Amino acid sequence: MSLRVEDLKIYYCMKRGECKAVEDISFNIEKGDSVGLVGESGCGKSTVAFSILRMLPFPGEIMDGKILLDNEDLVTLSEEQMRRYRWTKISMVFQGAMNALNPIIRVKDQITEAIRTHNPSISKSEALKSARELFKLVGMDPNRINNYPFEFSGGMKQRAMIVMALACNPKFLIADEPTTALDVTVQAQIMELLKKLVNDLGITLMLITHDLSVVAETCKKVIIMYAGKIVESGSVKEIFAQPLHPYSQGLIASIPSIEKSSNQSLASIPGSPPNLLKPPTGCRFHPRCEYSQEVCRTEDPQIEELKKDHFVACHLSSGRIASEKYNQVIQKVKL
Amino acid sequence: MINSSDPLVSCRKLRKWFPVRNDFFSQLRGHEVWLKAVDGIDLDIFQNDMYCLAGESGCGKTTIGKLLIGLIEPSDGEVYIEGKNLSNLSHRDLRKLRAKIQTIFQDPYSSLNPRLSLYDTVAEPLRLNKLVSSSSEEEERVVKAFEAVQLTPAEEFTFRYPHELSGGQRQRVAIARAIVVNPRFIVADEPVSMLDVSIRSEILNLLQKIRSEFQIAYIYVTHDLSVASYIGDKIAIMYLGKVMEKGSIKQVIHGAIHPYSRALISAVPSPNPTRMRKREILPGEPGSPINPPPGCLFSPRCKYAKQKCFSEEPPLEEVEPGHFSSCWFPQEPLKLDFDPRDTLIEASQIE
Repeated sequence: MSLRVEDLKIYYCMKRGECKAVEDISFNIEKGDSVGLVGESGCGKSTVAFSILRMLPFPGEIMDGKILLDNEDLVTLSEEQMRRYRWTKISMVFQGAMNALNPIIRVKDQITEAIRTHNPSISKSEALKSARELFKLVGMDPNRINNYPFEFSGGMKQRAMIVMALACNPKFLIADEPTTALDVTVQAQIMELLKKLVNDLGITLMLITHDLSVVAETCKKVIIMYAGKIVESGSVKEIFAQPLHPYSQGLIASIPSIEKSSNQSLASIPGSPPNLLKPPTGCRFHPRCEYSQEVCRTEDPQIEELKKDHFVACHLSSGRIASEKYNQVIQKVKL
Repeated sequence: MINSSDPLVSCRKLRKWFPVRNDFFSQLRGHEVWLKAVDGIDLDIFQNDMYCLAGESGCGKTTIGKLLIGLIEPSDGEVYIEGKNLSNLSHRDLRKLRAKIQTIFQDPYSSLNPRLSLYDTVAEPLRLNKLVSSSSEEEERVVKAFEAVQLTPAEEFTFRYPHELSGGQRQRVAIARAIVVNPRFIVADEPVSMLDVSIRSEILNLLQKIRSEFQIAYIYVTHDLSVASYIGDKIAIMYLGKVMEKGSIKQVIHGAIHPYSRALISAVPSPNPTRMRKREILPGEPGSPINPPPGCLFSPRCKYAKQKCFSEEPPLEEVEPGHFSSCWFPQEPLKLDFDPRDTLIEASQIE
């Protein structure tokens, strides 16, 4: 199942004004891909995920653009048609597994409910059987399915959420920060599980996270967003070896790592992300960019394919303007 | 003044057990249930140290932080600050001592009073501890604290309120409030975990700068080993209220011998996609600190566990100078690979 997003524009229309949460983003996810969507909080990554399922919270609205799932535009579907697509074609693992399960209903009832709502012809016992199978798949004891959520630990709740997402056999899975609030050891377990789902079941995965290292370990491709726009996208190998956008460079250089050999101080990006009610003119990153020049303030850089499958939206990397220091950095990081 | 070779803060056999359903009848029957949050910890923190406490959630790292600054009372054991035993101090002496101890909390969105201006927020510790005699002196010290955390020009910030600031700026205010009294010791409880990645490194660098400027000793509580290895000098890896391994960052992170530290380190995701590190995936989750198992606490999850581990508890022993580990069967030191981002960081520092 492939997904193509074209010129998607999502605004939150409030009394205070329009919050331009997502502006003209386009990307492509092929069947069997695992794609990481990365960015800081408030950059619009979760908004993109919710818009794909057409579950945007009020007052969010898709203003323009197409979301093509196997050439069918999800934006134009009726609510009833969309309801049939949810969970059977695309499903989602929500952020904060701790709170996503109903605390007063047994886990098995929550999972079989999802199965039977989308396919009423399945009998209760059949639904339970497939739920137990899924429990085995995610590495849990199938007998625990009779428990209530409070009897589960954090990692087990997250696994139960993954079972829920897989209940109707979808081919496209969106995981929205599946490991926030979990310990690193449990995070490693969940990420291994997601990788296994992609490799063994042929599921297409879109992983939303703020942690670049998680993407580096789990995904094949990465899309980096900043203030509602895609700044860079491409294969994980290429972007981590040679990030071209100044924001990606700053982001990658600013994460502390246990493998650091030297004692240099970490790089950081000065300032903080902009208010999207009044985004900066031109390139949205220019107030924080150390290379910014006149054209960055006035003209919005278009996203361009600079190398095969490596897209960047920056006046510098496209060569429209030049900076001595930027060229030196690029030369140096070329591995 | 204490001798610089003596620890600034230390604790001996520190223990904090919380009662769980210990009513009169269960005491009569001898069925007492305790949550052993901290169970027999020895630590020495010297001046200008950055001591990290790391471990999974529920391992007691935050509780130790609270014990060391006297926010909660230990069930057993002693805490010494500048050589004075905290539990023997009178109320008045404790209050005096507290002016030298400060904390920075995890969540800058809830640790600042929304109804106090930033000036009052930062000036409050000075007033409470009666450290200033005049308002001009107060102002001078507050402005100095704002400048130390790089909220400049200070006049632009002093009369604003927390809601006008971003997360990173709020955390700076929290740091300014901690350093305004010229403390000797700061407990920082996950100060960057709520912040965005691009802002995190700024705050980490700021904490480092303040440490070298003011000669402050830190306890840095974190679950993120990559942050610990960047900022710390020494580290203690904890599991269910006990120290599994402690020593310098170099000894513990770059040469872990305890199976738990090794597993914890190898679970940290690596930013190098070109290399697939062989991972030790740790099964299960930490057990409960309520009535923990006999023997080594980690034994139920340890793949190297043998008979002895389930029955006898390993002592915390010095394996090389300054490097302690509590394990019957320590492993080969874990080797870490080179990080490709080093080149990017180097490159970004071209002048």
